[in-house]
Amino acid sequence: MAVSDADVLHVAALARLAIPAARVPALVRELNGILDHMAVLETVDVSTVGGDVRTPMPRRDDTVAPIRLNRPLAEFAPAPRDGFLLVPRLSTHSQLGASEGDE
Amino acid sequence: MSPENTVDVTAGFEMVVGLEVHVQLKTRSKAFCGCSTDFGAPPNRNTCPVCLALPGALPVLNAAAVELALRVGLGLGFTINRASIFARKNYFYPDLPKGYQISQHDRPIAEHGSLDIGLTVNGAPRVVGVTRAHMEEDAGKSIHDRYEGATAVDLNRSGVPLVEIVSEPDMRSPEEAGAYLRTLKQILLYLDVSDCNMEEGSLRVDANVSARPFGQTTLGTKCEVKNMNSFSGVEKALAAEFRRQCGVLVAGGTVQQQTLLWDGHKNEIRPARSKEGSSDYRYFPEPDLPPLVITEAELARVSATLPELPAARRVRYAAMKLSEYDVQELTADPATGPYFESVLQLHADPKSVANWVNGEVRANLNESGATWSAVSLAPARLASLLDLVRDGVVGSSAAKKIFAHLHASDHSPREIAEREGLIQVRDDDALAGWVDAVLAENPAEAARYAAGEKKLQGLLVGLVMKKSQGRADPKLVNQLLSSRASG
Amino acid sequence: MSAQATLDMSAAATAAAIAAGNVAAPDVAAAALSRAIGDAGLNAYVTLASEADVRDAAAAAPAGLLSGVPVAVKDNISTTSLSTSCGSRILAGWVSPYEATAVSRLRAAGAVIIGKTNMDEFAMGSSTENSAFGPTLNPLDHSRVPGGSSGGSAAAVAAGHCRIAFGSETGGSVRQPAAFCGIVGVKPTYGRVSRLGLVAFASSLDHIGVFGRTVDDAALGLKVIAGHDALDATSVDTPVDDYCAENGRPLAGLVVGVPTEYFPLTLDERIRAKCHRAIGLLRDLGAEVRSVSLPHTDLAIPVYYILAPAEASSNLARFDGVRYGPRAASDDLRGMYERTRSEGFGPEVTRRIILGTYVLSQGHYDAYYRKAMLVREKITEDFAAVFSSGVHVLFTPTTPTPAFPFGSKSDPMEMYLSDIFTATANLAGVPAMSQPIGLVDGLPIGGQFLAAHFREADMFRAAYALEKSLGSEALS
Repeated sequence: MAVSDADVLHVAALARLAIPAARVPALVRELNGILDHMAVLETVDVSTVGGDVRTPMPRRDDTVAPIRLNRPLAEFAPAPRDGFLLVPRLSTHSQLGASEGDE
Repeated sequence: MSPENTVDVTAGFEMVVGLEVHVQLKTRSKAFCGCSTDFGAPPNRNTCPVCLALPGALPVLNAAAVELALRVGLGLGFTINRASIFARKNYFYPDLPKGYQISQHDRPIAEHGSLDIGLTVNGAPRVVGVTRAHMEEDAGKSIHDRYEGATAVDLNRSGVPLVEIVSEPDMRSPEEAGAYLRTLKQILLYLDVSDCNMEEGSLRVDANVSARPFGQTTLGTKCEVKNMNSFSGVEKALAAEFRRQCGVLVAGGTVQQQTLLWDGHKNEIRPARSKEGSSDYRYFPEPDLPPLVITEAELARVSATLPELPAARRVRYAAMKLSEYDVQELTADPATGPYFESVLQLHADPKSVANWVNGEVRANLNESGATWSAVSLAPARLASLLDLVRDGVVGSSAAKKIFAHLHASDHSPREIAEREGLIQVRDDDALAGWVDAVLAENPAEAARYAAGEKKLQGLLVGLVMKKSQGRADPKLVNQLLSSRASG
Repeated sequence: MSAQATLDMSAAATAAAIAAGNVAAPDVAAAALSRAIGDAGLNAYVTLASEADVRDAAAAAPAGLLSGVPVAVKDNISTTSLSTSCGSRILAGWVSPYEATAVSRLRAAGAVIIGKTNMDEFAMGSSTENSAFGPTLNPLDHSRVPGGSSGGSAAAVAAGHCRIAFGSETGGSVRQPAAFCGIVGVKPTYGRVSRLGLVAFASSLDHIGVFGRTVDDAALGLKVIAGHDALDATSVDTPVDDYCAENGRPLAGLVVGVPTEYFPLTLDERIRAKCHRAIGLLRDLGAEVRSVSLPHTDLAIPVYYILAPAEASSNLARFDGVRYGPRAASDDLRGMYERTRSEGFGPEVTRRIILGTYVLSQGHYDAYYRKAMLVREKITEDFAAVFSSGVHVLFTPTTPTPAFPFGSKSDPMEMYLSDIFTATANLAGVPAMSQPIGLVDGLPIGGQFLAAHFREADMFRAAYALEKSLGSEALS
């Protein structure tokens, strides 16, 4: 399954990377070169691989004990305001609306 | 009104609904870090390197979140996976600090449940399949309307533990969806895993709804509806979205898969703002978290702590010969039952205890805004008041007066009754004195009554009660008057 | 004793001299810093501490295994005093508001951090050419790379600025530069050293590792940072062995496996010869040498270059300009994300994010990611089979070539293949270390020991003995 220009642009969009058009052909070539080396995996028989759990997950007690910051968020955030973190609005958020999270 | 508007576009179509319910778990700290989950802190106050996704930060799972998720799974009769896997759900959004949400994908903690939603269809109980319950973390909050041209992000909620309960597309009407949600919420409240407060967002519902012609077995294209902030809002939103989809189909169009938002103020549905076109979440196992292993011993321990659930409690109360109404009222929330039963232990008449708990006690709580668990009226005091009524020491209207005094007083119901002069007078001499006085003061009625006009008895009892200032035992007064008539 | 003289003493001896009052810790720190400053041309550091700061830190150093010992720390391990930029523009100048567990343990043991060392951006690379702050030179040959991604730490130790430095490994980023710079590099078992505060590249493969001028320096460095950390869910709660106690233990009874797959026909004959000399010495020392097979070895690079970029594409999503780091100006959120990230990440990081996003995306996940995870299990099973057959350690070459010249590997795949002998240990999580076993063309060659999970002591036992037996031949 060879990678196309469209694949690279689609994946770059998912990853929020702006790829200059001039860079796309080289990336396509490099990715195909790399993925050619991965083709060998298709031939490996993995039918016997078991799903053993080696180390089960540790759990922490439900106590309020955050790792402390040695300086407040507002000192290192790019755009702090009134305790909030400001970001440019989504272009699709053209009109003011009710607040709502995405997920 | 034009004819088009009167035609029911939904005629001939069946609604198909599946629900995703996000439940915030009641833990002190977040799912993967030690930050407080307190609601209402100043923005970004409850944050740390982990929930801010600072470089190098790592998640560590909260044991209480697992415990509560197991309660949900066991309480809803799910199969619990002995090893479940956390996965990363990758997407960009300003209130998602890591650029991925830690969730569960291929192997959630609980699968294969079902829920009897308390309705019957063709005589059979309506049971909705519940696909899975998985653990995940909440995102922060994005506030779009506070600053011009900017979105304000508050990450206090980022990382709060959630369980997402996903149903099968088994519901066929808004009423069924409402019944599913009310049944589910009731069980979750009994399990004591969440506040289940839709307005505060501790319970959130997304609905997947599609329409298809009756008889068709394949599913139509579904749309997701979000942003409902009450169960009745869910019902209205489903009806509106169903109508919209039927309208599209009737006009010969095809339904486009999309996400819609319910506007509860305008009672209308509108397309959601774009999620920037990304629906490829690139799930993969979370490498920072090994598999979550649940041992038999842990399952047994959590099972042993599960409370009685509403269905079992209803069966038990129905066996006490209580009315359907009383059973529903007594089991509506988790706390009424224990109160009812602690009174019942001291006053073994279920019907009279139920009457009082569902009547005076509940009315008093509604008025004071108190909760069952904080009831100022100790079960022993209510029981002894009911004893007084049963034993004829006080009448029922006197009992209500005494009840009103119980809250502001440390005295026993009997002491209050005595202090307020509410003890029924059963002394024959006193009663005879009042009866004689009434008959003397009303010679005409007395004569007619003596002549056999029995219907005057009620009037005469009333006059005696009035004369006694309500203290006479009405039963004895009746007996006395009857004996005078025949004597 | 002059402070300068301590730079040529082992870390343990330096700590002892300071503890005995023979030399003052602040002077030792200042001497180390001064040598680092004198070697500024190597570009081994992204940030150096000030003399006043290292003197203060040394004066206040608590008593411990490394009390007063100068160390260097890779620029992707979070420190609250110096920057943690990961060799990237997107974190340029970032000073972490919390500290890595390994750094806390170092400070508790009395170590004095003289600087944060240069690296390939986000540890993606094998040459330190991918740093946003320019390449680091190999102290032994300035025309050649020091290896990577922990090239700065390797150069700092090789150039004698300090005896111990800390790096990180995802596919060989400590062992390969150790081999290229003629020093010792150790990657412990996955879960042995806390990753809290190590800026993630590929979480299931990332390890903090240690460079030492000698086996003993490396053993001491690892001993200090090893141990369970409740703040890392992949940290394992198992006792830490005294690696330094392996010094001088005879090799009688030790079984050394030599895996045929690490000695392919195409292996440089001079490297093969140095390895065979080392194997001969191990046998002379009483070890039993067996030929063994790890049949899935050649699949390590394909598996690694699927899994590592996949995890990286997700781990690097947090660099979005919202909460920290530079933010590119834009009126629109989407534009802000894309400009911030495209301006912040260099070409190799961009390439790997694209690759990693691709192998996780709809329609490709099963063929690439899922398959690679399963083959990774096969590689792990290879090691389990060998180590359960009575073999204590494996011996292999660390790299297929000595240090290569700058700019000589322009094709990404060619660069990736330099991890061919090292990536297996990251995939299986087993401990591994490299030590110098001779020169080829005047450049050092590394020999690698691998051991079973949490059996670092076995590996150190063999390494101590081989180092002693080789003596000056290790660098000749």
